[in-house]
Amino acid sequence: MVAVQETVERVRRIDVDQYRYGFETLIESDKAPKGLSEDTVRFISAKKNEPAWMLEWRLEAYRRWLTMTEPTWARVDYPKIDYQDIYYYAAPKPKKTLSSIDEIDPEILKTYEKLGIPLREVAILEGVEPPPGGEQTPNRKIAVDAVFDSVSVATTFQKELKAAGVIFMPISEAIREHPELVQKYLGTVVPTSDNYFATLNSAVFSDGSFVYVPPGVRCPMELSTYFRINERNTGQFERTLIIADKGSYVSYLEGCTAPQRDENQLHAAVVELVTLDDAEIKYSTVQNWYPGNSEGKGGIYNFVTKRGDCRGRNSKISWTQVETGSAITWKYPSCILRGDNSSGEFYSIAISNGFQQVDSGTKMIHLGKNTSSRIISKGIAAGKSQNTYRGLVSAHRKATGARNYTACDSLLIGDKCGAHTVPYVEAKNSSATFEHEATTSKISEDVLFYCVQRGLSEQQATGLVVNGFAKDVLQKLPMEFAVEAQKLISISLEGSVG
Amino acid sequence: MALLEVRDLHVGIEGCEILRGLDLAVNAGEVHAIMGPNGSGKSTLSHVISGKPGYQVSAGQILFNGEDLLAMEASERATRGVFLAFQYPVEIPGATTMNFLRAALNAQRKARAQTEFSTPDFIKRVREVANSLNIPQGMLKRGLNVGFSGGEKKRNEILQMALLEPSLCILDEIDSGLDIDALRIVAGGINALRSSERAMIVISHYRRLLDYIVPDVIHVMSKGQIRKSGGKELALELEACGYAQFEDAA
Repeated sequence: MVAVQETVERVRRIDVDQYRYGFETLIESDKAPKGLSEDTVRFISAKKNEPAWMLEWRLEAYRRWLTMTEPTWARVDYPKIDYQDIYYYAAPKPKKTLSSIDEIDPEILKTYEKLGIPLREVAILEGVEPPPGGEQTPNRKIAVDAVFDSVSVATTFQKELKAAGVIFMPISEAIREHPELVQKYLGTVVPTSDNYFATLNSAVFSDGSFVYVPPGVRCPMELSTYFRINERNTGQFERTLIIADKGSYVSYLEGCTAPQRDENQLHAAVVELVTLDDAEIKYSTVQNWYPGNSEGKGGIYNFVTKRGDCRGRNSKISWTQVETGSAITWKYPSCILRGDNSSGEFYSIAISNGFQQVDSGTKMIHLGKNTSSRIISKGIAAGKSQNTYRGLVSAHRKATGARNYTACDSLLIGDKCGAHTVPYVEAKNSSATFEHEATTSKISEDVLFYCVQRGLSEQQATGLVVNGFAKDVLQKLPMEFAVEAQKLISISLEGSVG
Repeated sequence: MALLEVRDLHVGIEGCEILRGLDLAVNAGEVHAIMGPNGSGKSTLSHVISGKPGYQVSAGQILFNGEDLLAMEASERATRGVFLAFQYPVEIPGATTMNFLRAALNAQRKARAQTEFSTPDFIKRVREVANSLNIPQGMLKRGLNVGFSGGEKKRNEILQMALLEPSLCILDEIDSGLDIDALRIVAGGINALRSSERAMIVISHYRRLLDYIVPDVIHVMSKGQIRKSGGKELALELEACGYAQFEDAA
């Protein structure tokens, strides 16, 4: 019942103060001067030893950003952000040049150990237990890229990946080592002009992960990036680019945490995915940024642009997200279904509690023929939080045979929270078939009493209901991540008996 | 000492008094039937004993094994051995019946400082009981009560009762919504659980149920009080004359 207990701590408890990852690592860091200007952009680019084309790309984005205004259409409410009051670059001060993981600052290693992220090359994530009565879990490997504030501090299993031809490295390195790939794909899914936060990211992004899977290769292990914001007053602007070449497959996982602080911190990431013919990317996120305290003070502003481009025929992109953290989440992982017969999926669990605000959903843009998409969204609102699903499904004039199925379910816990569903559907092609279902439910007194009468605590009862509600999406997570997600919202018993 | 002793119980809901000085004593090993017309307060009594929120107890006492039941949380009462088979069992989508059963059983065992069941032992135990109640294995893998027929829901209540092994079983309208075959199965399940350590309170307004579950004592309830108590012959009297004769008695 341990997981159930933890569920409760996440879900029911208004007292979000007990954020488990709220510690701070005391470490010397190397920061850019506070504020944003062309000089900041040049500083970051110089820190990364970037080629001239990259600097130009950034500067162009910066100049465009100056002409843009912050969007206000989302159902979220926050005081104006002072973009000159943020550090755009912070890196742990290296004691010397690193040649192996043993030379990483032990404080950082300790941080990741505390977070349960193995930077040493262990074969299996800690905490993964074989299901009781089930078969022994096969030892599956996960390669981890760890991003600490603005820089990547370690990437594991490099050699093994290299043998398979897979490139998995910090994007700052990829810019130097694989400029032809980066130049060919960077900004082609989320252009520098895309939106206010994406444009800001294009100007100041400091690190993130780069993945290239060559034609016909099935990536031999799960790839994972673990993002950690540590510095005070620092924004994190990571950039992830994943390319699955023809006939390849990769599963990528992303996790995020941050220390507990009184001020709000900005996280404006951009993720671009590209799948060529017959390729597939499965992208999973467990987002657990600091959500702010019980009075709604502090927490991360999670303003993220994630988009995948199914560029090739029969290609597939699948997004799965478990969103539990952040003061504000503004995030719409989307799929452009360009290739004929391509398909996109979006599976989401978004939990809001305390004063958290979530405005999240997806866009499925059907451009190619016979494209299909599937959206399963589970919103869980507790405390005084607001939880909005916002989604767009559109079929282009030429997208004959486009199909979409959308199911948006909301669960309310208590009577001071809100759940909202804002679906947009546009079909410019008469052969498109779009289905939309939505439900809203509450954990009723009767359900609670029934469970309590059987000897469960109210917390256990809530956990049971919530996990049952989110089950369809939890099952979509890769096994290794499901463990972490279960710790956040799930019940230990699901699937282990019966 | 009676297992359950209700003394001069006055209970209201939203300012309206429903139980008006109810007395009841049930010994271990006995099966009591409480009969009465709709609105007489039978379900309220079962809710108050099991700890459902929303009721105001203005006077009286409920003692269970000599302890003050009203001072305990509902889950603690369950752990001590009070079980209510619901008239309308709730549905919990996504939480399989099997997992629900296991969570409940282990929560109770843990609260009583007993060791939790191992998975194989638990599964074996559930299968045995499920078979005896004609509950197919497939039903256990579905969301709790989701898509269950009225009869399946009631059988599921008895399954839980059998697994949790309570010392006091309150069966609220366990016969409602059951066809005659389902009633036979449910009653068979209940009779199998009769024992010298366990008491049962069977609530119904149909005498038919008492053909299958033969009580030791029958109480007739009306307007929030027990108006008459007697042996099983009282059921026949009710059958012949209805409840009206008890309305103004006592």
